[in-house]
Amino acid sequence: MKIHEYQAKHILAKYGASVPRGDVADNPAQAVEIAKSLGGEVCVVKAQIHAGGRGKGGGVKVSKGLDAVEENAKTIIGMQLVTHQTGPVGQKVKRVLVEEGMDIVKELYCSLLVDRGSQTIVFLASTEGGMDIEEVAAKTPEKIIKIFVDPTIGLRPYQAMQIAYGLKVDEVNPKLVRPTANLMTSLYNAFISEDCSLVEINPLVLTGDARVIALDAKMTFDDSALFRHNDVVELRDFDEEDATEVEASQADLSYIKLDGSIGCMVNGAGLAMGTMDIIKEFGGEPANFLDVGGTATQERVATAFRIITSDPNVKCILVNIFGGIVRCDVVAEGIVAAFKQINLQVPVVVRLAGTNAEKAHEVIAGAGMGDKLQMAEGLRNAAEAAVAAIKN
Amino acid sequence: MSVLVDKNTKLLVQGITGSQGALHSRACIEYGTNIVAGVTPGKGGQNFDGVPIYHTVSDAVKATGANASMIFVPPPFTADAVIEAADAGIELIVAITEGVPVLDMVTAVNYVKRQGVRVIGPNCPGIITPGDNCKIGIMPGFIHKPGSVGVVSRSGTLTYEAVDQLTQVGLGQTTCIGIGGDPVNGTNFIDCLKLFQDDPATESIVMIGEIGGDAEEQAADFVKEYVNKPIVSFIAGQTAPPGRRMGHAGAIISGGKGTAADKITALNAAGIHVVKTLAEIGDKMMEVLGKK
Repeated sequence: MKIHEYQAKHILAKYGASVPRGDVADNPAQAVEIAKSLGGEVCVVKAQIHAGGRGKGGGVKVSKGLDAVEENAKTIIGMQLVTHQTGPVGQKVKRVLVEEGMDIVKELYCSLLVDRGSQTIVFLASTEGGMDIEEVAAKTPEKIIKIFVDPTIGLRPYQAMQIAYGLKVDEVNPKLVRPTANLMTSLYNAFISEDCSLVEINPLVLTGDARVIALDAKMTFDDSALFRHNDVVELRDFDEEDATEVEASQADLSYIKLDGSIGCMVNGAGLAMGTMDIIKEFGGEPANFLDVGGTATQERVATAFRIITSDPNVKCILVNIFGGIVRCDVVAEGIVAAFKQINLQVPVVVRLAGTNAEKAHEVIAGAGMGDKLQMAEGLRNAAEAAVAAIKN
Repeated sequence: MSVLVDKNTKLLVQGITGSQGALHSRACIEYGTNIVAGVTPGKGGQNFDGVPIYHTVSDAVKATGANASMIFVPPPFTADAVIEAADAGIELIVAITEGVPVLDMVTAVNYVKRQGVRVIGPNCPGIITPGDNCKIGIMPGFIHKPGSVGVVSRSGTLTYEAVDQLTQVGLGQTTCIGIGGDPVNGTNFIDCLKLFQDDPATESIVMIGEIGGDAEEQAADFVKEYVNKPIVSFIAGQTAPPGRRMGHAGAIISGGKGTAADKITALNAAGIHVVKTLAEIGDKMMEVLGKK
């Protein structure tokens, strides 16, 4: 789960990380009030959307004086902000973060994530702050330092110092080494305590008045651990998510919308991906990923049909179920019932394999729906039939 | 012969009285697995279909000599169950539970690794050796048959699909291992490839990967060095969009890394036979083995 920058900074501050003074506003007048309370001449007005690349898209404005704050807040709030991460439609900005301006001496980078290979938590740090870290990694990998943390003993103080020296903080101001190390400890504590999958500070800045500050902050949380973080769950912004995907997740279905015309309903995530792939291989384009789960009951199948067909691009649905513990004939009955229940208007190709697959054929054939609901023998035939159906 | 589990496996089930634990424990017993104990705190002294239940894993091990555990406890308690089993001296731990917090597993995996304990999963279908009628997990037993193909996979139903194809073309299996779809798991492809290479009964290997991480690329490097048995592979997620988690917690292309294309390139370079679609796994293995 993702949250906004202002929310991330609020959480990090609780763990002792230094962040700029500021507050969030959902209208220009409020933005001006915040700017006033900050007292300084220069403020930064930052669009609050989940996607990165906000600056380049015109969503971050340095503002000198209250008039500029008001004007920039007016421009940004309500704009449809397009970045390389939002897609061409962009994301509507509902609020801005108004922060104190900084005398930035040096921009750095650091992040924390789970390293799958070493199965530890890794700090990535670089002197190349403010840049796209993937680009730094590709072009100058030597400029990224990695510190691996054994979760059973946690981040050791010497490691926090290693990061600070690795960032060459001492070359800018030796007095900032220890505060930088302390900030790393704060980030680590937040990462662990809040069950994060990512904490990224880009840039981390050293200022002329000898401060080390998380100028930007990104936090992503492990969905599997949200059950123990009710306060984090409350920060979820549904406006940032696809409405259909939200509906699916509430029905406990894993659904991701794609651009094609063949809807997919499959049990199991791996098989669902494999089914999308075979559609493509036979000349079609999958309209979605959907894992209907281990218990493909009539109710779940009906919900899945509804979600799939809420996408107007869908011209045909391919159902691929491998019946292991669930019996295919039971699944077939559920499919027929759901098909009739919601009066599906697009043809459905069903492929069922595993337990009682033959009985399932009889159930589908017995429904007498003709080409509208047909059973395919084998995966290849199923994919071919689905692709043929959209060409008719 | 087989790997990791055989007729000497004495299994205990953590969470045997829960709905999933009970359902699948019965299916395992029916398949022939020797389940010697169940563990449910608070229900020690009772029994499950005649299998004695203990409050703790330690009690169960002392009383029954169990050497493997299958875990069905809910996600918040799974990592603790893994650590409890390891501390009680269990050598093989199979965690079926889906939705375990990643940081819980990071801690548990690092802790048990030092004790030389093997964990399979979490979020996996389990492990099965058809020749010894030993099934630890939720896979449908009847699709398997004894034979000489070793199967390793990150997915559940996709593995059943592959196994079913193998069985249909007449190729049985030594052992099938589902290593799970989470970003951090106890056993990886390399562990399984090494086991299969070293197992004289395993003559060929099916390896099923998917997008996310670089376990397949690592496995490809390992194959170049160590494995000379033929391998057929399929990578799911060739059409998956970047930055989206495809059902499995670990199936995500992030920062341009973990794409199916990269994995397929690495596997091909290691001499592994990668099939384009999942429908070709069984046929391809027949072809590779010169049986077609």
